[in-house]
Amino acid sequence: MWKWIQAFASPKNFYSISAKIIPWLLYPFIIITLVGLYWGLVVAPADYQQGESYRIMYVHVPAAWMSMFVYMVLALSGAIGLIWQIKLANVVAKVSAPIGASFTFLALVTGAVWGKPMWGTWWVWDARLTSELILLFLYLAYMSLNNAFDNPKTAAKASSILAIVGLINLPIIHYSVTWWNTLHQGASISSIEKISQPAIHSDMLLPLVLMGISFKLLYGLLLLMRARDEVLTQEQNSGWVKKIIMEKG
Amino acid sequence: MTKRQSRMMLVAILVAGVSLAGYFGLKAFSENLLYYFSPTDVTEGKAPEGKSFRLGGLVSMNSVKRDGIKVTFDVTDNANSFTIKYEGILPDLFREGQGIITTGSLVDGIFIATEVLAKHDENYMPPEVAASLKKSAEK
Repeated sequence: MWKWIQAFASPKNFYSISAKIIPWLLYPFIIITLVGLYWGLVVAPADYQQGESYRIMYVHVPAAWMSMFVYMVLALSGAIGLIWQIKLANVVAKVSAPIGASFTFLALVTGAVWGKPMWGTWWVWDARLTSELILLFLYLAYMSLNNAFDNPKTAAKASSILAIVGLINLPIIHYSVTWWNTLHQGASISSIEKISQPAIHSDMLLPLVLMGISFKLLYGLLLLMRARDEVLTQEQNSGWVKKIIMEKG
Repeated sequence: MTKRQSRMMLVAILVAGVSLAGYFGLKAFSENLLYYFSPTDVTEGKAPEGKSFRLGGLVSMNSVKRDGIKVTFDVTDNANSFTIKYEGILPDLFREGQGIITTGSLVDGIFIATEVLAKHDENYMPPEVAASLKKSAEK
């Protein structure tokens, strides 16, 4: 079975399959994003306390979700690359890092912009905000470590270990608002008792769910596009890449 | 053990080791990670004396007295409460019944605040829903 998986995950196969998947992500992404943004920013009602300012959550919350989701992908594919030495897993980890760092940065910035008028401050060193900032530093550390080696194999090995060690930060981010007193509010939807009775009114929740899907699709798209690029660069001396270059001129 | 299995073991040991270290680290630092103290914590003497610290709780109903930008109000956790004195601009979300976090120190039992931050809760709803919830609670 390993041989079969390894063949399936070969750079060459990935390159041709991913080309077929991209349109299936692109068009739903465009439609869901437009609908979600219009619904969230225009149709959804204002909040009883925050007025219109709460609408920044339609970017902030999905960005924060993705900041953690992408890190999970980073660490998992890093582990797969370490154990089974699948080239494609290392590529996925490598190209995911800047995407995840961008989502993290977006979550931090939109949070600060909201925090100034609502809390009265851009930034506090509470457990949630600090652990999310550490996540950004983990991404940056991963990226610089990965770039520090000339040999992609060594680079993948070293940076994957860093990614796995950093996994410990994910439960800390998620539970920070439950374990400790924080300025950041508790979870509105992700805890179990909240599923039957979410703390967000359904008129506001539905566009948030759409934006959540939109950000997932965006990550899928960026991941495939960047991974294709990376695969071509790493395999530039192999026969199939040369053939593609010849064909496209 | 094949090479692959030994690599798998290494990754598993790495994850287990880091989790264990994280668990003990967090246990040791747990107190320091508290962003604020509740009025009950302060009554029990957990807050540092004579030093600046953060106090968090709900603004008591009908306790806010304004005099220009000087404001006094009570902060409670429904068990204990403290009177806060503050001079400055309050955040948008500051109101009676709202959760707040304030930095300052205790002087003769009164908390002299240098900063007041509003804590938002996890509830989001349209004004009409909030109004009808309030109505049904009053019934």
